[in-house]
Amino acid sequence: MKKKLSPGYVLIYLFLILWALTTIFPLAWTLMNSFKDKKMIYSNSFALPTGIAFSLDNYRNIFANYDIVSAYRNSFIISGTVAAAVILFSGMAAYILCRYRFRGRNLLILLLYAGMMFPIYSTIIPVMRMQTKWGIVNSPYVWKNLLSVILPQIAGNMSFAIIVLMGYIRTLPVELEEAAYMEGCNMFGTYFKVVFPLCKPSMVTVGIFSFLWSYNDLFTQMFFLRTKENWAITILLNNIASKEGVNYGALFASVTLIVIPVLIVYMFLNQYIIKGMTVGAVKG
Amino acid sequence: MSANIYKHKKLIWVFLLPAFLFMLVYLYYPFVQNILNSFQHIKYMGTAGGEWNTPWYVNYTKLLSDVKMRIALKNTVITIAATIIGQVGIALLLSLLVSNIKLGAGFFRTVYFFPIVISATALGLLFNLIFLYDKGMVNQLLQFAGYLDRESNELIDWKSKHAMFTMLTPVIWQYVGFYFVILLTGLSGIPAELYEAATIDGSTKRQMVRYITLPLLRNSIGTCVILAVTGALKVFDLPWTMFVNGMSNTWLTGTYMYSKVYSDVDYASSIAVFIVILGVVLSAAVNRIFRQNDDFEV
Repeated sequence: MKKKLSPGYVLIYLFLILWALTTIFPLAWTLMNSFKDKKMIYSNSFALPTGIAFSLDNYRNIFANYDIVSAYRNSFIISGTVAAAVILFSGMAAYILCRYRFRGRNLLILLLYAGMMFPIYSTIIPVMRMQTKWGIVNSPYVWKNLLSVILPQIAGNMSFAIIVLMGYIRTLPVELEEAAYMEGCNMFGTYFKVVFPLCKPSMVTVGIFSFLWSYNDLFTQMFFLRTKENWAITILLNNIASKEGVNYGALFASVTLIVIPVLIVYMFLNQYIIKGMTVGAVKG
Repeated sequence: MSANIYKHKKLIWVFLLPAFLFMLVYLYYPFVQNILNSFQHIKYMGTAGGEWNTPWYVNYTKLLSDVKMRIALKNTVITIAATIIGQVGIALLLSLLVSNIKLGAGFFRTVYFFPIVISATALGLLFNLIFLYDKGMVNQLLQFAGYLDRESNELIDWKSKHAMFTMLTPVIWQYVGFYFVILLTGLSGIPAELYEAATIDGSTKRQMVRYITLPLLRNSIGTCVILAVTGALKVFDLPWTMFVNGMSNTWLTGTYMYSKVYSDVDYASSIAVFIVILGVVLSAAVNRIFRQNDDFEV
């Protein structure tokens, strides 16, 4: 096994590093140009923003013209609620489907898999009509508008989450639940005191997936967050893009502002995130 | 004994209800409604379907003769082919390479996966800047490299001259890391003894890939292809950010559906039905080709 420096290995690393550069470089380039004015970007977008070339004007401009803080707040309310609700409800359903045998169980499981097959396109028009009837679309209250995004997104993540959690709960030993039963726990006690805490790693996975999916989902936001004060971060970015057209510095700055929080979270949680985004796919 | 504690089933519906109620109200019911809507006349988005269309299938005949729909379908097929070849192909190559190394494998995994967590909207904007006509990253690079003449400021108009290429590059690039991780997981499941035995028998690296790795990776590759196909049908945010309203004939079935959603509601419903049918047919076909043995039953 003494082939550490063979030309084959050098080639392998060269190729791998090349692809790594395609993912790192565009972001570094964005960050760099977000500190430069349009002229500097135009003359050489690869030059570092040092000395007089460095400026925070792009950021000042973005913060002055757009309510970034409110968009972040809305995004966190939406995605946080979606993740919490998905964790709570999918875990309960997964527990029953895993442990109990009852009539209709197979039908429910079939429905679960069917639920993953419906693209958002095929449900959005009736959902729009339904929510309009309920008065939560185009409402003067911000919370109602946010709710109109939250509810369909919870449903959209549910079947994926239940399938992932079922896979996990199945591997847990039944003995712990039996012990809880002997101690006099009913179904609720057994689930919330024994099973739920044991599921934490999978719950984190499901939560992260739902959060990111909701945070990044432009399509639903385009339908239900139509006015400024309701904008979440993704739809805000979409609007900046159409308004700032040729103001490249502002575009670089806004992309940076959107990506940085995700980048920071990713640095700390990348193992959970990678697992969360792929586990459901591999399972089915 | 072990089944004893699961005999009290009276209250299990309390646990099942919230999850399935959400799915009933927001998935199954709208899904069926949408199929009915595609045969009805709907005047405004957000209002109920009125009378049945005459003839009831008129939206579907319209679908067949709609030129833009044909463009959208053609582009979607191109997108599917490009994602299968591009994403799964590059991911397979990268995962085979990474499985050969020890140092830095974790780093590459983290870095390759990163684009997936960024919103496609942000990436769309970013790639707008990369492919920008007036001195975007690509054009500047080409000028520095001397491929484009710098003195006369020669530039390539990527978004109108090479629209599909410009749109598909980021779409493919973003998800390579996703399939990379899935394939890497599959590769780690292949027992090392097989390779050892093959080495003793004197096989070359290439033979091992051909006769051990690829056949045993068949299921993982099949999973990736299905995900690439269904993913390609869902793609929306990135094309919509880069090419608003199908500019330069870049319609996809999804973006075309959205463009009709306010102006011709019931027709948009029928496009959505078409997307579902396309998805089911294509996944069934891919499933057949790769004949997955994994049982999907939980």
